[in-house]
Amino acid sequence: MNWISNYVRPKINSLFSRREVPENLWRKCDECGTMLFHRELTDNLNVCTSCGHHMAITPRERFDNLFDGGIFTEVKVKAPVADPLQFKDQKKYPDRMKAAQKNTGEAEAMLVAEGQMGGTPIVAAAQDFSFMGGSMGMYVGNAIVAAAERAVELGRPLILFSAAGGARMQEGILSLMQMPRSTVAVEMLKEAGLPYIVVLTHPTTGGVTASYAMLGDVQIAEPNALICFAGPRVIEQTIREKLPEGFQRAEYLLDHGMLDRVTARTEMRDELITIIRMLMGQPPAIKGELPAPAEPAPAEEPADKA
Amino acid sequence: MQYLEFEKPLAEIEGKANELRAMATANQEMDVKAEAAALDKKASELLTDLYKDLSAWRKCQVARHPDRPHCKDYIDALFTEYTPLAGDRNFADDHAVMGGIARLDDRPVVVIGQEKGSDTKTRIERNFGMARPEGYRKAIRLMELADKFNMPVVTLVDTPGAYPGKGAEERGQSEAIARSTQKCLQLGVPLVSVIIGEGGSGGAVAFATANKLAMLEHSVYSVISPEGCASILWKDAEKMREAAEALRLTAQDLKKLGVIDHIIKEPLGGAQRDREAAIASVGKTVSTLLGEMDGMDRSALIQQRRKKFLEMGSKSLA
Ligand SMILES: [Zn+2]
Repeated sequence: MNWISNYVRPKINSLFSRREVPENLWRKCDECGTMLFHRELTDNLNVCTSCGHHMAITPRERFDNLFDGGIFTEVKVKAPVADPLQFKDQKKYPDRMKAAQKNTGEAEAMLVAEGQMGGTPIVAAAQDFSFMGGSMGMYVGNAIVAAAERAVELGRPLILFSAAGGARMQEGILSLMQMPRSTVAVEMLKEAGLPYIVVLTHPTTGGVTASYAMLGDVQIAEPNALICFAGPRVIEQTIREKLPEGFQRAEYLLDHGMLDRVTARTEMRDELITIIRMLMGQPPAIKGELPAPAEPAPAEEPADKA
Repeated sequence: MQYLEFEKPLAEIEGKANELRAMATANQEMDVKAEAAALDKKASELLTDLYKDLSAWRKCQVARHPDRPHCKDYIDALFTEYTPLAGDRNFADDHAVMGGIARLDDRPVVVIGQEKGSDTKTRIERNFGMARPEGYRKAIRLMELADKFNMPVVTLVDTPGAYPGKGAEERGQSEAIARSTQKCLQLGVPLVSVIIGEGGSGGAVAFATANKLAMLEHSVYSVISPEGCASILWKDAEKMREAAEALRLTAQDLKKLGVIDHIIKEPLGGAQRDREAAIASVGKTVSTLLGEMDGMDRSALIQQRRKKFLEMGSKSLA
């Protein structure tokens, strides 16, 4: 069967590439200190098997687990003008970009893909905190617009996983302008009557929270994610207010009426399938691992047809 | 008149001229006319020189000048029958945000803006122009009123940014800003916005997502304050001059980048030196920009706004 080779191969590949680096075999949980076997941690979506702490996960790892059989097609994002302000702080912006690209192997801080999740066609976008703090610049804005346009074109819901320290200062005002720009994308989905689901992950702060990340039809957060406009340090420094335990964490926001749900990453996929199928008026899903779609619809056919 | 740090040489000359005049008033036999006139000329030349090519950091200082006209001054001078409307119907009335219905050239409009206050008492009352969630929610409510009754919206932006406080966060500062920006985009009526001083980050975007955005010549609009940027990227808040340059936050750079539509010229030495003239120029520009949208229907206005933001970023300074 075709899907087996497509489905299994990426997992084997990722296993091999990581095995080449022995120090990556074990990872210490930053919360409880438990040493976690790499493979076990990956299988648990980077959630500590001992204490449930949610560690960072890259958009690609997330999509591998989100989409049926780990099969998805990337949605092309228009490349913006590079370094529009010719920004230089202690480093030149293009040098910071190159370093981030080298470290992450990604072009930019957001990945957009289409595919099926529990047999449900979706478009998904995920922000990459490991790429310059996931910061929202013109590329991220373009990615959100591309995701919304593709969702509207295909009549599919958009699921967006946010993770960012805020706007990308090196793009100055043009990063700020991604607040209204991404909001235009949200408006497109709204007009088309398509669900826009936001999954807020750790951390989602600043201008990102104050735009597309807070405008979902349903707002779900991962446990203990920091979600705020002004960060706790800024508040403590400028206002000198003492902040309560758990302030600006997902559960705190849920308590204050700012979120619909807080859901563990390991439960997220099933929950998203359930919610989306109801909002889209589709029959209940068959839960669990589904084989990859027989015909990966408009996807580029994988090179091997073995 | 308060002088900014870079205006100190000017303060000396103008101080001397004033001293001379005071002496002449006290002692009628003294004739200081010629001397005073010479000092005035020198002061005026220096002023022209100082303001000819203001650095980005100096512009930040001018934009924050305490004597600069603020939102309330513009509303009082430019609008008639201003009827303030208060509250977000939820939690409170945010005094950092002024808003209500009024007439501009007899035409009914909704006017909204951040007010920084003009002395210690009003500054505290106005929370230095830093809105809390209820301020954005009040703005949303007023924009909805405008939309319902087909009144154009004029916003006057002057804020260091949204208020970073515990309560503001608990009541959903981010959501309030996001919804206000979204409301701006949904309006089926013209939205003209003017940055009259500081356009500080998300707190400004929530008001300035307009069909037409104008900036006063020495106002600034930025993703972060130069001090904040310096402390994050340079790890040294004292590098605010460098940060201000790098951020391209001046009206002149923003016009080149296609982020704003119009620059409103300020009187020589900044709006604080001739408040009436500055206010009149803003009034004239707002009327002109509103006039440009006469006859556009609801959907055309919404589409124009969307298109503008979608296309933004294609221009580079290079
Ligand atoms: Zn743990």
